[in-house]
Amino acid sequence: MPNKEENIRIGVFVCHCGSNIAGYLNMEELGAYAETLPHVAFVKRNLYTCSEGGINEIKKAIKEQNLNRVVVASCTPRTHEPLFRSSCAEAGLNPYLFEMVNIRDQCSWVHMQQRDDGTAKAKDLIRMGVAKSALLEPQQPIISDVTLRALVMGAGIAGMTSALALANRGYEVVLVEREERLGGMLNVINKLGPSMADAASFAEEKIKAVQSHKNITVFTKARVTEAQGFIGKYKVDIETESGVKKIDIGVIIVATGGRLLVPEGLYNYDGKKVITQLEAETLLKQGLDKGINNVVMIQCAGGRTKEKPYCSRICCQTAVKNAIMIKEQNPASKVSILYRDMQMYGVENEELFRDSRAKGIRYIKYDPEDPPQVKDGSVQVFHSLLGLKMDLAADLVVLSTPIVSQEGAEATSQLLRVPIDDNGFFLEGHVKLRPLDFATDGVFLAGSARFPANIREAVAQGLGAASRASIPLSKGSVVVEPIISILANEDACRGCGLCVALCPYGALEIRKTEKGRKVHVIDVACKGCGVCASTCYQHALSVNSFTDDQINAQINAFLE
Amino acid sequence: MSKDILVIGGGIAGIQSSLDLADMGVKVHLVEKLPSIGGKMAQLDKTFPTNDCAI
Repeated sequence: MPNKEENIRIGVFVCHCGSNIAGYLNMEELGAYAETLPHVAFVKRNLYTCSEGGINEIKKAIKEQNLNRVVVASCTPRTHEPLFRSSCAEAGLNPYLFEMVNIRDQCSWVHMQQRDDGTAKAKDLIRMGVAKSALLEPQQPIISDVTLRALVMGAGIAGMTSALALANRGYEVVLVEREERLGGMLNVINKLGPSMADAASFAEEKIKAVQSHKNITVFTKARVTEAQGFIGKYKVDIETESGVKKIDIGVIIVATGGRLLVPEGLYNYDGKKVITQLEAETLLKQGLDKGINNVVMIQCAGGRTKEKPYCSRICCQTAVKNAIMIKEQNPASKVSILYRDMQMYGVENEELFRDSRAKGIRYIKYDPEDPPQVKDGSVQVFHSLLGLKMDLAADLVVLSTPIVSQEGAEATSQLLRVPIDDNGFFLEGHVKLRPLDFATDGVFLAGSARFPANIREAVAQGLGAASRASIPLSKGSVVVEPIISILANEDACRGCGLCVALCPYGALEIRKTEKGRKVHVIDVACKGCGVCASTCYQHALSVNSFTDDQINAQINAFLE
Repeated sequence: MSKDILVIGGGIAGIQSSLDLADMGVKVHLVEKLPSIGGKMAQLDKTFPTNDCAI
């Protein structure tokens, strides 16, 4: 095996992950096997390598055993590689002399019924990891400046909240809104549940604060048409009525919201006698017509279907709120809510639900297989709890339709190179651990652009996203992973530009040098995906920690 | 004004707040009544819906 150093000393830490790995693989055999591998100087098995005890074992072994490579065979690098790397660094070892082997997600978990085969596969994986680790080279992190200016896309409640939070911390904010007026859906809403505060005055207050803030530049009837760059250094084009503005940006918050499904062709929707909850908000603002004495609301209208399988979450609270509002404006009215399941999460909403029953609002569970029929002046429904067909008089039918993804969400997703899900909503970096970050550094997410959110949630997410975005802004610089593409063999590069065309991050460019046209890697923009290195037919490009030698060593170890 | 921040409670919310603040360059004092931080999260095995290991 080709080694640059004379004395490679590898420490292998085999993690039981409680019973996640140890329950399905023969750990003793794995530990004993690791000891037989070339250059392995130390092997330790831990119940949880990621626990404080496990981490201390790594640090201790690095010092006491003079380890210069560390391999942890455990779970996924997605969640735990940063921790193990920093543990190596704390013990004085370059963190890039660490290699992780996943014997859980792609081994013990998928071979739960095959103890012997699974163990054999884990041995292969460990042997490959050890072979690669021997060739790892130390890397130094890259530090890049951050432009102290944030772009917030969308001036609904989430976007305005983010913009204000950042501006109040002293950062410049560019707020871009597609519509003429700031405020988004807040402009249409009547009252805000559960406190029944007036939406218009709340919106007005926020809009004024945004417009008068010296740190916020607002562009309305505008859209972001170009966003090139990376965390700390984005070049953004904003198309406005007075031409295109080019602005340097450090971080981006996506708060483009969602929109309410307009139920064309559903339940005889006509926007007059059969309306949406949003249209009901407008009616309630104006004051309900005296002639409306019987109102029927239908939940999950156009939602929780085969095409839109998700529950939009906030339509139940909206229906209950509007039902109470109708009762307040006309106490003699009869309001019925036809539902599939009531989604009234949270203490205040539970209370609101109970109050609404006390106020005489009727709840009738319907079966989606036998949905209500909207007739002229009435709604026919099969009461699935009573087993009775009922005819309810209806001067007004209100359909609770779901929030669907924003128009142009796909274009935004392509523009910023961030993912959207099957329903067109943006996908966060991690559902639990990074709920307001995108996987792409420097881009954050708030409000209904992610998933239907009520005002309270949109505000909380707006504040949260601003807080997350403040981290690179307050530091003024970012540390970028050095696992990036490098021009390892400059002489071999012919400047053909194939890699430039294929790079998904715009991280490569052709430059004229004394030796002719050569590719240049913009190191802070590179994500280390390896597309360039694997397509370069001259083998001029390579990726740190994934060099040809290292990958070949892994493959050869597998074939041993 | 002192720029140090006190976070009371070392569960997942307190830990995340502390980390974000520390990343912003603020000195944080995290106070937990139990011998170790982690709270409920540290007692869980896997967390729904991704089944990530909670620890």
